[in-house]
Amino acid sequence: MTRPTPETLANRVTPATVAAAVNTAPAVTAPVATTGAGALVRSLEALGVEVAFGIPGGAILPAYDPLFDSRVRHILVRHEQGAGHAATGYAQATGKVGVCIATSGPGATNLVTPIADAYMDSVPIVAITGQVARPAIGTDAFQEADIQGITLPITKHNFLVQTADELPRVVAEAFHLALTGRPGPVLVDIPKDVLQAQTTFNWPPALDLPGYRPTLHPHGKQIREAARLIAAAKRPVLYVGGGVLKAGATDGLRKLAELTGMPVVTTLMALGAFPDSHPQHLGMPGMHGTVPAVYALQKADLLVTLGARFDDRVTGKLDSFAPEAKVVHADIDPAEIGKNRHADVPIVGDARHVIDELIAAVSATAGGVDQYPGWWSQLNDLRERYPLGYDEPTDGTLAPQYVIERIGALVGPDAIYCAGVGQHQMWASQFIKYEKPGTWLNSGGAGTMGYAVPAAMGAKVAQPDLQVWAIDGDGCFQMTNQELATCALEGIPIKVAVINNGNLGMVRQWQTLFYDGRYSNTELGTHKHRIPDFVKLAEALGCVGLRCESKDDVDKVIQQAMEINDAPVVIDFTVGKDAMVWPMVAAGTSNDEIMFARDVRPTFDEDDL
Amino acid sequence: MTNKHTLSVLVENKPGVLARVSGLFSRRSFNIDSLAVGETENPDVSRITIVVNADSSPLEQVTKQLNKLVNVLKIVELDAAQSVQRELLLVKVRADRAQRGQVLETVELFRARVIDVAPDTLTIEATGNPDKLDALLRDLEPYGIKEMVQSGLVAIGRGSRSITTGPALRAA
Repeated sequence: MTRPTPETLANRVTPATVAAAVNTAPAVTAPVATTGAGALVRSLEALGVEVAFGIPGGAILPAYDPLFDSRVRHILVRHEQGAGHAATGYAQATGKVGVCIATSGPGATNLVTPIADAYMDSVPIVAITGQVARPAIGTDAFQEADIQGITLPITKHNFLVQTADELPRVVAEAFHLALTGRPGPVLVDIPKDVLQAQTTFNWPPALDLPGYRPTLHPHGKQIREAARLIAAAKRPVLYVGGGVLKAGATDGLRKLAELTGMPVVTTLMALGAFPDSHPQHLGMPGMHGTVPAVYALQKADLLVTLGARFDDRVTGKLDSFAPEAKVVHADIDPAEIGKNRHADVPIVGDARHVIDELIAAVSATAGGVDQYPGWWSQLNDLRERYPLGYDEPTDGTLAPQYVIERIGALVGPDAIYCAGVGQHQMWASQFIKYEKPGTWLNSGGAGTMGYAVPAAMGAKVAQPDLQVWAIDGDGCFQMTNQELATCALEGIPIKVAVINNGNLGMVRQWQTLFYDGRYSNTELGTHKHRIPDFVKLAEALGCVGLRCESKDDVDKVIQQAMEINDAPVVIDFTVGKDAMVWPMVAAGTSNDEIMFARDVRPTFDEDDL
Repeated sequence: MTNKHTLSVLVENKPGVLARVSGLFSRRSFNIDSLAVGETENPDVSRITIVVNADSSPLEQVTKQLNKLVNVLKIVELDAAQSVQRELLLVKVRADRAQRGQVLETVELFRARVIDVAPDTLTIEATGNPDKLDALLRDLEPYGIKEMVQSGLVAIGRGSRSITTGPALRAA
């Protein structure tokens, strides 16, 4: 696996470097007479695409003919949403561009959710969709949808291809846009007659993107100003977001943290960017963050924000967030800087360059971990008093947190973990320890239920030698489990731990806390009626189905699943429905109102400050 | 002090670019007061002039978002004092024989032109900055305005420097 390095990012302006970025040797080919479809497939090959996830249909059908003979592996999914999330999982596990393919109309609109998901989490995917033939566009033709218009606000850019001749250039531009700058999804919509038209394939094409110039190198003056603030700070925090992972800047981050002695918090999108075991790591901030991480941001006098975007799930009520902090905000996307929180020192640049230059600038003054003794003693005190934990259920049911904790402990930090969205996602972020980049995949910004199974499929295709575990909920699992059939047939042996509490757990938690326990439409019947029976469902989909209902069996079942490598495995962990995610900052309230557990507010010794 | 800002946005002259730009405004809850688009001296480049009512901080955000659009080449804010700003107005005014003389006097006063005549109406063409056109409309109103149409505002910087060589609006 090769991650794009900032060096390739910096120089990626030609198709040749685009090709290098997707891990292949750029080849200049002699002109070949072919069709638009042939040019499309040849372009994908030239860009080094190894795999594409998709489903054929009328409008995209011409492309599937040359794809039949191509070295690009096509994985036939069961629903286009699965193709989209699989492309995302593939991209997040490798740093390369994920590719998904769908036909026009409903095929394309089924990609909308994963495209929006990838947009929110800045994941480089390219979606290729068939479109009705050009003369039929705008006539409400069979399976026509204006997918370019539909995806305008959820793509980094999109194209409606007009001629077969421009296909190689457009595809190369799509990959370049997806991967460089702030990554994101790019859609290429291709009318059927363009796929069928005769053309001459030339490679490499010249990119024509005069308005696209991402800023990669930070301004020296801003770096010096940031270094000055770091040197002057008494209570600084490194607030690290997913941009650090995307820039491949985790080694530099560690160096910067150790050099300065600053405490580190990593957002939901950045888990794995800084080892959970590192003594300077306070954990995740935000709605379900650790007490020390939330407190550190609230009491900081300086936030050094790297590739993070002051999301409302991190800041809580914005006007009471980190009230005493000056802000250094570094991001590759200038529009993120100052969007939610004023930046005293705005830095536009790739996180790797920013971190490297910060290291150079602070080296003279940095004093290591001993630099902030008062600050660390407060934070360490909080770590001791408010560790992550959970209460054993009193009704004898299995604790979901225990299940997830044991998966993390037995499977270890080399595996890839994909979560759906909800309670199980938060517990997976809290109770599995992430030590390496690219080992935690989830739908952070969009919060897409159903993400886990197809994303795990994509990640497993990308990293076949690693164990890939989907930590899913019974609600999420029922949205996309059809892709287990794909996994079974295509030889993609993922593990799925269904944390089955019989309910839409996070919604139920809010009903418990904020709606007087009126459980409107959150019970799914997977406990009461065992509909569906996840073990039987797994078997029907060609997987091994296991069930675990007691604490004593948890380790045994996990080990059993780990030993099966010739088929996907689904474990139905039947857990209690009353477990809740803590700590919690209720939506719309200040981070100062963080609750350690129900009715338990942490006490902060204000005199220490 | 008004919060009106005039943005000149140079974009690639390609299909769908106007939808990207105008969609971005509505998506970020900005109201466009006026919008005009046309080719520039370079046929590959179109120029969109947008008048928007916004405070400086949200305006900066929308400018940054516009800059992110792949087809946007450059954004410049044109200050009213440093630029010439014009709109075009076509207005059909009730003007029978008794009123015609007075209407023509107003037309003369505003250096407007009559471009069509009917027994009971005059159609008038006027260009100017929005204040001048407002004043003209106020004067014509008592006669009875049957129909009117206005272009979006177009603006160009004063002096010899061209927008393509001047500094762009690209905040950090």
